[in-house]
Amino acid sequence: MKLKMMLTVTVAMAAFAAVAQDKQVTIASWGGSYQESQSKALFEPAEAKTGIKVTQETYGGMSDVRLQVQTGKVTLDIVASGSGSAARAGAEGLLEELDYNVIDVSTFYPHLYTKYCVGGDVFSTVYAWNTNTYGDNGPQSWADFWDTDKFPGKRAYRGKVAGALEPALMADGVAPEDVYKVLDSEEGIKRAIDKIRQLKPHIDVFWTSGAQHAQLMKDGEVDMTTGWNGRFDNAAKDGAKVKYSFNQALLDYDCFAIPKGAPNKDTAMAFLAEISKPEYQDDLPKYITYGPTNKAAYETGEIDAATAAGLPSSPANAAMQLPVSLDWYAKWETKAAEMYQEMLTE
Amino acid sequence: MTAARTNEAGLRADERLERLKLFGLSSPAILLILVVLVLPVGWLFYVSFVGADGQFSLENYERMIASKSYARIFMTTFKVSFLTTALCVLIGYPLAYFMSQMPERIANLCMITVLLPFWTSLLVRTYAWLVLLQKRGLVNDWAISLGLWDEPIKIVHNLNGTLIGMVHIMLPFLILPVYGSMKAIDRDFMKAASNLGATPRHAFWSVFFPLTTPGLFAGALMVFILCLGFFVTPAVLGGGKVIMVSMKIVSNIELFVNWGAASALGVVLLVLTFLILWIASRFLKLESITAGGH
Repeated sequence: MKLKMMLTVTVAMAAFAAVAQDKQVTIASWGGSYQESQSKALFEPAEAKTGIKVTQETYGGMSDVRLQVQTGKVTLDIVASGSGSAARAGAEGLLEELDYNVIDVSTFYPHLYTKYCVGGDVFSTVYAWNTNTYGDNGPQSWADFWDTDKFPGKRAYRGKVAGALEPALMADGVAPEDVYKVLDSEEGIKRAIDKIRQLKPHIDVFWTSGAQHAQLMKDGEVDMTTGWNGRFDNAAKDGAKVKYSFNQALLDYDCFAIPKGAPNKDTAMAFLAEISKPEYQDDLPKYITYGPTNKAAYETGEIDAATAAGLPSSPANAAMQLPVSLDWYAKWETKAAEMYQEMLTE
Repeated sequence: MTAARTNEAGLRADERLERLKLFGLSSPAILLILVVLVLPVGWLFYVSFVGADGQFSLENYERMIASKSYARIFMTTFKVSFLTTALCVLIGYPLAYFMSQMPERIANLCMITVLLPFWTSLLVRTYAWLVLLQKRGLVNDWAISLGLWDEPIKIVHNLNGTLIGMVHIMLPFLILPVYGSMKAIDRDFMKAASNLGATPRHAFWSVFFPLTTPGLFAGALMVFILCLGFFVTPAVLGGGKVIMVSMKIVSNIELFVNWGAASALGVVLLVLTFLILWIASRFLKLESITAGGH
């Protein structure tokens, strides 16, 4: 009797150990202060709660995932990605479909999760200005950004097509809700690029990274730039004279995906379900000014009113912005990128 | 008769054996080149003909013809490489000459100042130039406080900044071979020239300079070819407006779903470089470069 019980316990323990050992995930993200925020708000607390062992890595984006999937040596279980590149990777067959019976997205903002990628944070592509040059009353729309008479000074603009065409059309008088309709043809893309061509003599730098556009503002190298809101907040914390506005900004999000053939696919799914819950997402803004993708995170009381007012996805700020269309990027990005490069090399 | 024939056969056998031994000795090197150079380049060539659907296709090359930006990017790459090389020659040759004429101690000191930056990371030097040259950088600050100019001028985030950074990084590659060929020249040649009535200038151009051309060409060629593949310096100092082939290769890897789109650019750059070398070899004696100082 005693022996039998001991046996049962041993077997149960062995089974438990086996399960516990199985439960591990490898997560890759972009490193820096961004991954540090994710780690503190999402990964570490979820690891403590679920017992799923987390190994963190940094990576170079979806081209790394492509290499792993194509060579059949997938080591990553979860990757953090921009929404656009995740959409393209999904279409290319590099990602597992997410199971929304496991991951609860019922309180998510619509459009912030797709078949292959579940939103992790919301950020905005904004225009920022130097407060030494313009004071607090900097540009308040993309038309102002383009208005070099009213706001003389040097600009910086993105060196890649993503997030570059929408502002140009809005500056050209297209209503935000019509931007993607107009862009849905080569003529529309050309119209946007022509508008940038018009501003090009005033664009000193075409930036290629978030760190770069933050540095440009810190150094006062340009008076105005486009860029990602969180970077400007961090630069301002470091003493940069920079402000930005959410009016007409582009609302975009980062998301989590599972590479095709991930070694711990089911655990990864469970882990994504955990970190998508409001009680994790409501901690993220403490470390970086990127907003939650789960609306319920605003209701836990963790995000105070002042913090919420500064987040891209707060209802008031979100209402002023144009949500980025993944469908448009899936259909047009390659073509538009070639046309954009032509303008850059002129 | 028979003895002679055996002897001849024996000699031939010896020769064959020796050749085999030499081949055996060099085979590791040959194998290494085969594995790390020939195979990958062959693979690159093959991949460039594979389309997005995985089938044989010319689409990666057709794209380069269809979009004007590719031709412009190649033009920029060769223009930047050529200008960098020319500036390196203009700055490096006189410096090497100065060093070669100085007493050993001063020459060594100069050599250290040439080599010191050579041992510093390329990335660090590039960002250092950004700090120095930007609108509110040291150069503008000092020039304004000295009254050289009133408003900050634009030295970086354009072609000028790119060239300054690249010339600085490439200069040692030119100075070292040129200095080497200058030191190898017998000083009596110059004395003989003046003894025969040549003015110093005449002696320099008709005796000294021709003897240094192999080193000069070797250095210039090395600088030019290294420039063709530059990435960091133009990316940081060019302000996103000086786009070279290597930068386009990276953006194509991100943008297109197949490696071929990037490989084709590499193949075209390789072919164009060989073409330039071939044309150069028509006018210059390339063998004299590989043969070294003399």
